[in-house]
Amino acid sequence: MKTFLKTTVAGAAAIIIAGAAQAATLDDIKKAGVLKCGVSQGLPGFSNPDDKGSWAGIDVDYCKALAAAVLGDAGKVKYVPLSAKVRFTALQSGEVDVLSRNTTWTFTRDTNLGINFVGILYYDGQGFMVRKKLGVKSAKGLSGTAVCTNTGTTTELNVADYFKANGMKSKLVAFEHANEVVAAYDSGRCDVYTTDRSGLAAQRTKLKDPNEHMVLPEIISKEPLGPAVRQGDDQFGNIGRWVLNALIIAEELGVTSKNVDQMMSSKSAEIQRLLGVKGKYGSYIGLDAGWAARAIKAVGNYGEMYDRNVTPLGLARGVNNLWNKGGILYAPPFR
Amino acid sequence: MGQFQTSAYAPGAHPDLPPPPSTVGIVGWLRTNLFSSVFNSVLTILAIFLLLVAVPPLLDWSIFDAAWMAESKDDCLKNPDGACWGFVTSRFGQFMYGFYPSAERWRVDLVGVLTVLLIGMVLFGKGKIRGYGVLIFLAPFPVAAFILLYGGVGLTVVETNQWGGMMLTLVIAVTGITASLPLGVLLALGRRSNMPIIRNLCVIFIEFWRGVPLITILFMASVMFPLFMPEGVNFNQLLRALIGVALFSAAYMAEVIRGGLQAIPKGQYEAASALGLGYWQSMRLIILPQALTIVIPGIVNTFIGLFKDTTLVLIIGLIDFLSAVNTGTQDVKWSAFTVPMTAYVFAAIVYFIFCFGMSRYSISLEKNLATGHKQ
Repeated sequence: MKTFLKTTVAGAAAIIIAGAAQAATLDDIKKAGVLKCGVSQGLPGFSNPDDKGSWAGIDVDYCKALAAAVLGDAGKVKYVPLSAKVRFTALQSGEVDVLSRNTTWTFTRDTNLGINFVGILYYDGQGFMVRKKLGVKSAKGLSGTAVCTNTGTTTELNVADYFKANGMKSKLVAFEHANEVVAAYDSGRCDVYTTDRSGLAAQRTKLKDPNEHMVLPEIISKEPLGPAVRQGDDQFGNIGRWVLNALIIAEELGVTSKNVDQMMSSKSAEIQRLLGVKGKYGSYIGLDAGWAARAIKAVGNYGEMYDRNVTPLGLARGVNNLWNKGGILYAPPFR
Repeated sequence: MGQFQTSAYAPGAHPDLPPPPSTVGIVGWLRTNLFSSVFNSVLTILAIFLLLVAVPPLLDWSIFDAAWMAESKDDCLKNPDGACWGFVTSRFGQFMYGFYPSAERWRVDLVGVLTVLLIGMVLFGKGKIRGYGVLIFLAPFPVAAFILLYGGVGLTVVETNQWGGMMLTLVIAVTGITASLPLGVLLALGRRSNMPIIRNLCVIFIEFWRGVPLITILFMASVMFPLFMPEGVNFNQLLRALIGVALFSAAYMAEVIRGGLQAIPKGQYEAASALGLGYWQSMRLIILPQALTIVIPGIVNTFIGLFKDTTLVLIIGLIDFLSAVNTGTQDVKWSAFTVPMTAYVFAAIVYFIFCFGMSRYSISLEKNLATGHKQ
């Protein structure tokens, strides 16, 4: 039923959206004076309200950077919590301007749903967690185990594919909410807990004794998480893409939220271009010269965003490091 | 016969003897209530045993070993065998008000106090007071409440996407409840009407809304509906959910009330006509007061169900009370295994208080309105 609904909705959405070419998101945002940003209903490290009710996370920081670039104020963001089921419609129908909600960039989503992904904010992948007592050192040894995961996500399908491809048998136990999966795994109902690696790291701290568990080395899927905008508005797509790129380039160039003002007088030509000291790069995307400098000042470069939000989960940079530091983060040159 | 002492008294003059010791006092109470038969004795002993097993650990967990004050998960992990109430206290504001700005929360409180006062007037007031209560509740109150909650007229605007927590749950539940009762009465009357068009329209409406799960209605309202709207027309998400919930519960309410209408003997209708009362008069003065009294348990049942169903709005991204609790447990700062358990126990207690309150009220209302016709 769920799948049926999803397909119907996606189909209807595609038909309706295909006709309506959207335009001038930038003007709408400027007129409203606020950026409407779709976030999750609570995912540690990505988008989560703190005790005071203000949103934090790497997805949230992207929205702040975008608001700083477009409106000049990182605080002018209206966060719209979206469930996994309504996120794409919310973007298509204009309820949000940008979807920054730990969403995996896939072929169908990019082409068939009337939305465009603007880049990759976080490279995730599905992994496995087991008890150390189980004595398994590789995912290949998981045959015959009970595997716990969330319902209605790609993780379910990935794990089924993986076990089938390797000729292994397993019993899949799926739950609606992450808390239930953790409780089931902790009480011994399953031997294995599978979800995205970032999720594993975050949920691990909820176990009675986190040290009794280990994450297996295998990563069985690619989950490039990135922000998306409506299809048909290339200008706003460019803004979204280059705000993300600017944050990555800023880390490459060593521009941080703290030194961005000093960097204005840097001799490096690329820094001058990035911060709008030289050239009219902002005008190509409908913004002023200082857009990138404001974004960096508001949330810092990519590394600062990562350290503030994802490092507390206990996740090292890994593949999310810059291409010249052992990762795969690579932004096109700013010229 | 002469050897019996009783003969010392004249017939009827015997003084009252104390009841047998085994039927009075604590012993008597125990015998009649807990140990009246072998089976009951076994059950009693079993129950005492279960209480002894369950209660001390529960008290330890919830009170003695609990972390009452906590700044973050570290304080709670010091007491791994106890509840982490510090989580609930530090997030209490969010559980109650969602993302409503702290400085403006007095407005929500004010609406809450007004609601309680008005409900008190409607429920416990007599005669005119009750009449005024109903009038205010149906007309000026919703407008005032909306202005207070949303803003405008000099108040800072608080967008509905910042509403959340228990406040949102109550907004949805109270709207659903107040809208569904009058709508339900009209639909029930329409379904029993002699006019075929009205009857069929009501039947179709009721069967349609009852035939679709609430979750589908909410899903349609929030996912499909915006796609059919022209570009730029943005219907408020909360309003869509409210309309969906109100129409859904009206259909259920209509069937509950129809049950009451059918239980009224035909003689009552005929008597009303014989008195010369028109349709609306006879309904208002004779039929509905009796029918509604009969179905109070059913009405309150629907209310309680509706109150708990409101939590389904989390599917469409509204952060209601349960959703706020869920979201809280996802915070890295509170990522400890005692936190979700505490959070759900807290949520269960809160829901219980509200539902139990409604059910007690329904019982007292039944007693107040009892006319002695009960069979």
